[in-house]
Amino acid sequence: MKRSYLFLPGNQPTMLQNGAVLPADVLIFDLEDSVAPAEKDAARELVASALRSIDYGRRGLAVRINDLEKLYVKKDLEAVVTAGARSVMVPKVNGARTLHHVAVMLDLIEEECGIEKGRTKVIALIETALGIEKAFEAAMSTPRVEALALGGEDLCADLGCPRTKEGTEIFYSRSRLLLAARAAGVDAVDTPFTDARDEEGCYADTVYARDLGFDGKLSISPHHLRPIHRAFTPTEEAVAFALEVVDAMERAKREGRGAVSLRGKMIDLPVLRQAERTLELARASGMLTAETEGASL
Amino acid sequence: MNSKQMKRARAGTLESGDVLVTIEPADALEIKLYSPVINQFGDAIMRSVREVVESFGVTSGTISLEDQGALDCTIRARLATAIRRSFEEEEGVDA
Repeated sequence: MKRSYLFLPGNQPTMLQNGAVLPADVLIFDLEDSVAPAEKDAARELVASALRSIDYGRRGLAVRINDLEKLYVKKDLEAVVTAGARSVMVPKVNGARTLHHVAVMLDLIEEECGIEKGRTKVIALIETALGIEKAFEAAMSTPRVEALALGGEDLCADLGCPRTKEGTEIFYSRSRLLLAARAAGVDAVDTPFTDARDEEGCYADTVYARDLGFDGKLSISPHHLRPIHRAFTPTEEAVAFALEVVDAMERAKREGRGAVSLRGKMIDLPVLRQAERTLELARASGMLTAETEGASL
Repeated sequence: MNSKQMKRARAGTLESGDVLVTIEPADALEIKLYSPVINQFGDAIMRSVREVVESFGVTSGTISLEDQGALDCTIRARLATAIRRSFEEEEGVDA
């Protein structure tokens, strides 16, 4: 389960190095906003070299490429795909057309380099009003899409509204993106919290996104990883109940029943799905291991 | 690559963990390394530098590396960028 997606500036060697010890679920090496136009070539080379050489363990590795209006997007893709990036984040996705172009380029690069076709996945960054309107279309445009992510800052600039900590102004956009992601069967990733020093604010913002249904959250600061993970960690009571639900439903299945009563409450498939999600979060946060899970049943 | 006109080029920075690579046109190949860890890793760094230089087919020019404790992958990347820039292979700026 991917709860945290941490951006690392692509032209800063120490940050790329630190990524190997930071507890993010996914690292996003950034070639776009954090890199000055005159340093795009250097960042591309540095990120590719880091991907080839540094052991990032089990963390997911993605690269945010430049937007499609820039001529060097193909160079970005060639460099990072051949270096082993398994995902690329495509900025300013405004519907299926944006991702069709990327998918065609990825098809060619994978074929030329002898890489299994379709290996490179896409995280679509939605950060305009048009992008929100066409989020489902984008998510369905290619099987490479693994997640829709929200870019709240650019979105607010496009909407012409102030970006606040409370996030009231992006409530509809968050909900709309979440529905599109769920309908398409891909992950939904929330916008980053932009005050790097406000860890409690980040926690509250993540809890809010989690309760809407988001699977994870973008992060612009390593300081936000702890509050993000804390927000996605279920309570011990919730985990204990989820284990009971799974156990009860397995018994019901063996007995040929679709529902069962547990502590006076009717347990059926929707409750089981919620319980399975709770257990996934518990595993991601280290509350449950194969050993402890076996012992608790 | 030497068939193309070489020009002065730089890549990297003097920040900790980085390396600043400067290339100047010259008739012969000369590599200058300045590093706080030259006694411990000088040979290994020079091996990497020669590998990259050879992979680009560079046979002339003065290449200076001011190392600030960069990892091998950083040294290789900065050197490759500087070589590309010195032969104007890369646009470098917002296209």
